This record gives sequence, structure tokens and C-alpha cells, in this order.
Amino acid sequence: MNDKNIIIEAQNLTKKYGSLKVVNNLNLSIAEGEIYGLLGPNGAGKSTIILMLLGLTEPSEGTLKVAGFNPTREPLKVKQITGYLPEKVGFYEDMTASQNLAYTAELNHIEFKTIPKKVHEALKTVGLEKNSNKLVGHFSKGMKQRLGIADVLIKDPKIVIFDELTEGLDPEVANQILATIADLNKEKKITFILSSHQLNLVQKVCHTVGIMSKGKLIGEGRVDELAKNIVGDSKNKIDIEISGKVENVIDKLKALKSVKSISIENNMISISSDTDIRQEVSRTIANSEDVLLIKMDMKTFSLEDIYLNYFKEV
Amino acid sequence: MRGILTVYRKELSDHFSSKKFIILLGLVYLAGLSSIYVSVQNIRDAAQASTDAFVFLRLFTTAGDILPSFITFISFFIPIVGIVFGFDAINSERSSRNLSRLLSQPIYRDSVINGKFLAGITTLSIIIGSIVLIISGIGLRIIGVPPNSEEILRLLFFIFICIFYGTFWMGLAMLFSVIMDKTATSILVSIAIWLFFMFFLPIIASAIANAISPLEDATLATQVQNFSIQKGISRISPATLFNESILILLIPTGSHLFLSPVLTSDIERMVLSPISLGQSLIQVWPQIVIIFALAIICFAVSYILFMRQEIRST
Repeated sequence: MNDKNIIIEAQNLTKKYGSLKVVNNLNLSIAEGEIYGLLGPNGAGKSTIILMLLGLTEPSEGTLKVAGFNPTREPLKVKQITGYLPEKVGFYEDMTASQNLAYTAELNHIEFKTIPKKVHEALKTVGLEKNSNKLVGHFSKGMKQRLGIADVLIKDPKIVIFDELTEGLDPEVANQILATIADLNKEKKITFILSSHQLNLVQKVCHTVGIMSKGKLIGEGRVDELAKNIVGDSKNKIDIEISGKVENVIDKLKALKSVKSISIENNMISISSDTDIRQEVSRTIANSEDVLLIKMDMKTFSLEDIYLNYFKEV
Repeated sequence: MRGILTVYRKELSDHFSSKKFIILLGLVYLAGLSSIYVSVQNIRDAAQASTDAFVFLRLFTTAGDILPSFITFISFFIPIVGIVFGFDAINSERSSRNLSRLLSQPIYRDSVINGKFLAGITTLSIIIGSIVLIISGIGLRIIGVPPNSEEILRLLFFIFICIFYGTFWMGLAMLFSVIMDKTATSILVSIAIWLFFMFFLPIIASAIANAISPLEDATLATQVQNFSIQKGISRISPATLFNESILILLIPTGSHLFLSPVLTSDIERMVLSPISLGQSLIQVWPQIVIIFALAIICFAVSYILFMRQEIRST
């Protein structure tokens, strides 16, 4: 990662409440244009990190830079370029979607005459342009989340922070929202930080993930890199149960293309591979003498496995 | 400063379009119009026959057999108006989950509380100023006696004192809105304090004074002591301070005697003449300063607590 592209950098960042360290000696670098998933259970310190990024709470120790600005000393400069959508977003329900966004635009010092255009563009991006004059009180949760995205886009941010964005949404709406994020990242090169514990959803869009536990970053990297830490270079793990002479098949299986490693325990064989080789494995066993395939399972390592593995270690 | 102005404009627009504002305005106007009715019934003849230099002020101070005077109404309504504009200032933003979104915009945190406070004062000033102008206008047309310059000045001071008094109650309610999470709790506590100062403190003051200096077969010295104790305790209440100050300002003849123990027999022998505006102000200056200071203290405490609060979306 090139140093020039780092947009968020934390060094030895610590936040204490009394004697309790909510964020403990955190070192974090997020590159410009990256979608970064900040993962961890409740109380891991994710929200506190977000508050410190926005200058809403002061770090107890360490340094933090957002686009070169210190959020504690220069909160307005940071907030001018950073959009934030909290976990449970609220809007003024007696105001329309347009009025809510216009208020945000005014708070962002956007020129009065350009506000209607900006509001329309933001609503169009999230597919709410037809509901612009509808009271927010009549919006569904998914619509409010989309309005939240429009709300952060009003200021043309460089960085957007979403706290549990897809929490409580049905999978279809959640996927639509994630697709919008991916598009925005591609088109506008916005850096996204997604704080979440919905790992399967985060995995779809995040370039890099950081796994937090008890205020510490216990794992960080691309999803496949983190998987490597657990299962080596391979992405898939095939578990086979056979009956008969195991030794008759082992060498043939090892010779298969893309097999990384094989482990044997009684009649159970575990094969790690980069690709799905179930067909080749079953064909090999079928062609071997005195060996019968009883059961075969393939497991692809997801972010959830990685996450659980990290927490098992912790 | 732009942040304060944006919040101020939005809050002002919210106040003017809110049902609570319309209801309160209606109540205050109703009280004002009924007091005009009462005063017109009683002072038209008196004005023609009397040599009293302050006939116009009687529009605000004359009570009927059943209906009280305008100043009695206003001393009752101002705390309610103040509480209504302050009790949900901060906790409603928090419970509607708007606060964290609002504070993630490029505005200083104090812009929120300052904007809300200023909008509340403006609304309060408009309510008080408009009702005094309406009474003056209608009264002028009905009784046909224009106010002299001193009466106008006295009315201006009266308006300022009413605004300070309303600001105190608004600041107190706002303080509870910062401390308490639920709007129902903050309004209940504010009303409980108002009821205590308005109704219970005079009873407690009387009970304590009578316990220390019983009036039964009391000597003149004991009676004076009883009065002093009662007055001293009552002056803990901003309601007492407000009543004393507006009475002395709007009833220039003889009302200053309420502040110190005077025997009825002495009053009967006195030839009362109105005191000048300067003298009236000297008499009530401590009360005005205390009301103003209480308003500032309440707001300052709210401000400090709000600035130190942790802002989270949950």
C-alpha cells in the first residue's frame, strides 16, 4: 500500500473511560478509495473508533489523522469531507425527504441556489426521487437507510462511514444498498468504512476487513489473506470419508491439480485446494481399487469462518 | 456562526409551525383579550374621573370580580411557555436519533444548543411582545387614553423582564432535556419545580414564618419578623421575584410598599404618590438581576453538560 494513498491513519490510538480501555493501542491504515469492513461483536470498540474519526470524542492516547486532519483539533474540516450514517439513523419525521436533505445541505454550507439540484441528485442516486415530497415518517426502514445514504452524499464526501448499515433490513434491500455502495466506490472513488457484524453482507463489498475484539485489532487484511492465515493458501476444504484401503488413493489425490495439502485421520481425508475439485476427487476414488466413497463435503472459507476462527483464538 | 443560524432558522420554523406554539399563543391571546375586557369594564370611568398619570398601565393591572388581571395571567403562563419550548430541546433530538447525524455535519457542537436556545428566546419574545402590543392597541382604541413616554418605558421593561423570566424557565427545562433521556421525564420535573415555586413555596414560607414568629398575640416586632422570614423564604422562588418586579414597574403608586413591612394603619395615613421609573427600577433591580442570572446559570449548566456528553446513536 502506497503511503500517499492513506486517507485514515491511527497510531497507538487508545480511548479510556476511567480505567477501561475501549480502544486499546490501535494501529490502522485505510487507503483512499477502499471499502474497509470494521468487524467485531458489540462492545469491541467499533463505534468509539467512528466517534474519534469524526471528532465527537477525544482519543486518550495516540494519534489519528483523517485526510491529513486531526479530528480533535480540526473537527469541521474532517466533517466537511466525511459522511456518517449512524446505526439507528433518525430524520425529522414531520419533514419531507427533500426538506431533511436540504437542512443537511444548509448545515454543510452548500449554496442555497444549488441545494434543490443537489437534493434531487442525491435522492436519484438512492432511487428515492419519486418520494422526495413524502414525509419521512411514512418511510419504511429500508427507505430511511437509503435516505441516510443520500444524506451523506449531499456533501460530496471523500470518506463515508456506515455503522451497521444493513442491520434489520431484508436481504434484497440490503443487497441493493451494498450494490449502491459498490457503484459509488467505483464511480466517485469514495472511501467507505462499514462497521458491521453481518459478515456475509460485508464480504460482498469490502476490499479489506479489520476484526476487532475488546478494543484491539486482532486481524486485518483482504478476506482471502485472512483465510490463508487459517487454512494456508487454499480457499476450499474437501472432507472425504472412505471405506477400504486409504493408501490406494492418497497418492492419486495428491497428484490432482490445485491440491495444496492432504491430511488423513483413520478413514477421513481432508483436502485443501484452490478450486472446486469434487468431481476429480470422486472420479479418482471411483477408479481406485478397494476404495469406496461414503461421504464428501466441501467447505469454502467465508468471512464468518475467519471471524469465528479469530474469536476462537482470542 | 453559520451553523447556529441554520439551526436557529430550522428551530424557529419548527416552533411557528408546531401545534404547541399555536395552542400556547391561543391561550396567551385569550388571556390577554379577557384581561382587556376586564380592565375596560373597570377603568373607562376611572380614567375619565381620575388624575392618575398611569391610566394606560391599568390595562395590564386591573382585575375584575372573577377574572384576574393580565399580569396575573402572564405570571402563570410565562413559565408554561418557557417549559414547553425547552423540555424536549435536546432529548427529542437524541430519542429521534437525529443528534449523532446532526453533529456529524460540519458544525460545532454548541451550534445545536445555542441555535435552539436563541430560537426559543425569539419565539418567547414574539409571544410576549405581540400580546402586549395587542392589548395596548385594543386598549388605546377603547379607552382613548394614549400612553405617556414613561408608561411606554415601563412596558418595555416589563416585556424584558417577562422575556428573562421565560428564558429562565426555558433554560431550566432545557437543562432537564440535556440530563434526562425521556421528554416525559423532563417536562414532569420542570412542571414539578414550577408547581413547587408557584404554589408550595409560599405555603412553606408562611408555615416556617408562623412557626418561628407566631402571629397570635404577636408584638409589632414579631409581626415584622414574621413578614421578613416569609418574604425571605418566598424570594427563593423566581416566581416571587418576577411578581414583585412587574408589580412595582406597572403599578407605580404604592406597590413598592409590598416589599417591606408596613402597617395597615400607616398606609391609611399615607398620601401615596407614584414613584419615578428610576426609583421603580432601583427597587426591583436585585430581582431583575437574579432572574437574569438564573436564566444564564441554567443555560450555562445545560451548555456545559451538553458539550461533555458522549454522543452515540444508540
